[in-house]
Amino acid sequence: MAGDRDIGGAQATHASLDAESAEWLRTLGGTGAEREAALERLHAILLRVAGNEVRRRAPRLRLSGPELDDVAHQAAADALLAVTAKLDQFRGESRFTTWAYKFAVLEVSAKLGRHFWRDPGVPLEGEDWERLPDRFGFDPAERSEWRDLLAALRRAVDEELTERQRRIFDAIVLKGVPGDALAVELGTNRNAIYKAMFDARRKLRAALVAQGFLDIGIRGRS
Amino acid sequence: MNGWDELDRFLSTDPRDVGCEKAMDLLHVYVELAARDPEAARRRHPGITAHLRACGPCQEDFEGLLAAVSDAIDY
Repeated sequence: MAGDRDIGGAQATHASLDAESAEWLRTLGGTGAEREAALERLHAILLRVAGNEVRRRAPRLRLSGPELDDVAHQAAADALLAVTAKLDQFRGESRFTTWAYKFAVLEVSAKLGRHFWRDPGVPLEGEDWERLPDRFGFDPAERSEWRDLLAALRRAVDEELTERQRRIFDAIVLKGVPGDALAVELGTNRNAIYKAMFDARRKLRAALVAQGFLDIGIRGRS
Repeated sequence: MNGWDELDRFLSTDPRDVGCEKAMDLLHVYVELAARDPEAARRRHPGITAHLRACGPCQEDFEGLLAAVSDAIDY
């Protein structure tokens, strides 16, 4: 994976802060009643963002109303802790509130990842290659056309991937385990899971291109 | 899009992809730009754009933060 050459260029100094962001920094970095009031106000904002985010994702979750509220409250509380602990890391590249919202959204993601294992809703034992045609939208009526492709993919998974890559491919692609939930299960983070899948995807595509199943001319970037 | 295209799209990797960590580090900056001018966000941060296209969890977080920023505009 690459480094984005524009990432460093996005940094700004606090001198360019908008007035509202500067006020947040001043009050949260202060003391006494003014700081307490700012913390209370920020918590209310983060709770609203976390609640909206949980409700936005709710149709795809196996959680009830009270559980959703619990996730939102926990996410808001942890986001507030993260924001206050990292206050000196706010570089002023965005509005302060946008930066703070990010912590609420990421905390919701992390908490839902942990929740997945309470009721996965998918069988986690064994491999499930049968669901792959449906996963990628292959037409059952054209089975004779894609059967060899998926057989080649299965061979490539067995022969080209490392044991860890196979385990991650199996969980995400064959069982539909969300990446964040898998990261919790494997005691790692989203980035490590993504990197393993990135390398696996590249190997698998190269194997299928070498066997003539995919045309390198269609997508020549891999 | 048929199954062949979908599988090809899934297996294709973009060398500009910056990965989850870097994308999340600048997500707040990217989101503000995307809310104002999506094309400018894609031009200025091609590595983040490439990553969001391929990473479901990060795309989900992007959509959540974009919704939060859009909601805030209405307040």
